[in-house]
Amino acid sequence: MIFYPVLFALIATMALALARALLGPSLYDRVLAVNMFGTKTVLFLAVTAFMLGRPDFLDLALAYAAINFIGVLAVLQFFQSREIRQRYERQGR
Amino acid sequence: MASVIDMISFALLAAGGFCVFVGGVGVLRLPDLYTRMHAASITDTAGPLLVLAGLALQAGWSLALFKLAVILVFLAVTAPTAAYALGNAALVSGYRPAVVSDESGATDSEGEGHA
Repeated sequence: MIFYPVLFALIATMALALARALLGPSLYDRVLAVNMFGTKTVLFLAVTAFMLGRPDFLDLALAYAAINFIGVLAVLQFFQSREIRQRYERQGR
Repeated sequence: MASVIDMISFALLAAGGFCVFVGGVGVLRLPDLYTRMHAASITDTAGPLLVLAGLALQAGWSLALFKLAVILVFLAVTAPTAAYALGNAALVSGYRPAVVSDESGATDSEGEGHA
């Protein structure tokens, strides 16, 4: 099968991203790793759709890409506003 | 003819898998956040481009080809936006790029204590 090398590479990269998300010293390293994991999930779904002969899975990949993007932006906006608020509170004391 | 298309598709898929794997290794091994973002960028640009191009050769002229093109355009639009938002949030919250302090390659300013 011509899909096995790219599937192996995608699974290995998802494992590496998961390791960085578990290790990764700061919050933003974790967000970066989770974002990369989501992008790899989109590619994995697309490859799986063709490997199983069911191109309907491409709709799942597209929906997952949208959810991943919105989720990462929401998490970043939340932590950024929290950081700014904590900075004002530190200056207020 | 179909075997030639399969070979080209396999080459594109393998190249995409290689780019993705290199980016994953870089994300795990590079020293600070901004270099990790640099490593992750190749998995958001070259990886989807090559993998989805290889799948498009498998799809032929069909609805799946259009869906692959939509996925590729969506990833190409959202990946720089997410990278900008990540870098902006990290910079606003006080992270500075790690600087090589001496010739031994040691780095400092690893996040400056923000959690």
